[in-house]
Amino acid sequence: MNPTIMRLTARALLGRRRVLLLLPMPLLLIGMTVIGVTSGASDDEWGPPVLGNLGLSVILPLTALVVASSVLGLEIDDGTITHLLTKPLPRREIILSKLAVAWAVTSAATAVPLALAALIAGSGALAVGMVVGATFASLAYCSLFLALSLLTKRPVAVGLVYIMLWENLLVGFVAGARVFSVRQHATAIADGIGGTPLLSASVSVATALIVSAVFVVVGVVGATRRLGSFALTGEAS
Amino acid sequence: MSTVELTAVSRWYGNVVAVNDVTLTISPGVTGLLGPNGAGKTTVLHLMAGLLAPSQGTVTIDGKPAWRNPEMYRDLGLVTERESVPGFLTAWEFVLASAKLHKLPNPEEAARRALAIVELHDAQDRRISTYSKGMRQRTRVAAALVHDPTVLLLDEPFNGMDPRQRMHLMQLLHKMADEGRTILFSSHILEEVEQLSGTVQVIVAGRLAASGDYRHIRRLMTTRPHQFSITSSNDRLLATVLIGQPSVSGVSLERDAVQVQASDYGTFTRALAKLAREQDIRLTSVLPSDESLEMVFSYLVAT
Repeated sequence: MNPTIMRLTARALLGRRRVLLLLPMPLLLIGMTVIGVTSGASDDEWGPPVLGNLGLSVILPLTALVVASSVLGLEIDDGTITHLLTKPLPRREIILSKLAVAWAVTSAATAVPLALAALIAGSGALAVGMVVGATFASLAYCSLFLALSLLTKRPVAVGLVYIMLWENLLVGFVAGARVFSVRQHATAIADGIGGTPLLSASVSVATALIVSAVFVVVGVVGATRRLGSFALTGEAS
Repeated sequence: MSTVELTAVSRWYGNVVAVNDVTLTISPGVTGLLGPNGAGKTTVLHLMAGLLAPSQGTVTIDGKPAWRNPEMYRDLGLVTERESVPGFLTAWEFVLASAKLHKLPNPEEAARRALAIVELHDAQDRRISTYSKGMRQRTRVAAALVHDPTVLLLDEPFNGMDPRQRMHLMQLLHKMADEGRTILFSSHILEEVEQLSGTVQVIVAGRLAASGDYRHIRRLMTTRPHQFSITSSNDRLLATVLIGQPSVSGVSLERDAVQVQASDYGTFTRALAKLAREQDIRLTSVLPSDESLEMVFSYLVAT
């Protein structure tokens, strides 16, 4: 980890207007939770759609996508990446520093509103579960999306395809696809700790932990290798 | 003392060959990398800076490979052509961050020194986004100098600089060269190279077209045949007297102009006005018809 890279990354990320995109989603989640609690519907009726389908399946991955595709992607887009590349730094150090910032920002932006929603729903245990689940899943998502920002020129598009097609569509048809869905990992961990009818998990906690960890390793190793042979293109004139 | 060596280096993008079998050595001192736009200068610099893999051949800095070797950046500084600086930082923050990323023992002192070299210390606490083009350029030069590299690569460093800044950067590069550093800068402007460096590498269409002392290349350029298109009050008479001149190797009379092939640029241009006056011919236009840099370079390639 490199404190200078982390500080610069955090300033670049939080200093942009893009970060405001992260605000409406948590507000929506809290609003929906309040409606759910006051509507008189039972916990297992409103809980999974709001906390699961909105909170863990949309807000969490979208936040991770916006953040993780920016920490390195913006520098690649505007060419300032050369300043970082022409330093005698191990490429792993650059990737890990970027990932740490993305992880911290994503966790803060998702775990806090999810925990608040769980508290509003009246479950302290689920609030803890949400914090742990969101934090853990943030790391897996950020590793994947950070690697994507190096592997493709359109990380946001590819990331959206994963979130929408794989996690939200394919998982409904093909049961095995669940195992490779970070959203399911987050749900399993949060539900495992919370133990409430507000969430319903479909994979075991052990599977969630193992597969998420694999995603993190694959993401970090892939991103490090890609950065190690990163070639400047598009300005060969 | 460091040398940069390219051995039989080619680089292509798909079907497009950007650099074609280039072998050259850059030794300590100032070297100019000259060539028309699109000739492959930036590609050559990026290959040297380890930002591109050669498709063929080897690129080494002091015998060590440039590609996939982050350690070599301890001795190498690069100023890219693209004007990319994080505008949300001040010059001080930016240069200090560079010093820290180089893990220098005293980053503040190094940043202060680098900013003083480019004379930016007065504006160093303003955001870079408020800077002029020349100031941004100097910020990037400061960041590239902060670790006191033995090899400095600059891509079109004089673009957007005013004459005073240009002069100042030239002096700075000379001073660094005198200290034994290896400095390579690219340019498509002949005069810049003339003022700054004795050694030139000329790249045309991805190939090394000429290499060596600037004066030699300059001579090749000035003694080559020149084409002029002249219109006057009496084209036929003008053609007659011109063909008698030793500096003229050919004249052809066209409908509304005289095409002249001059074998010696200087002598011909001095003689022309005098001749016209003696013969009482009014010259209405004298157009050098092949003065574009591309023509000059392609002439070099042909020789």
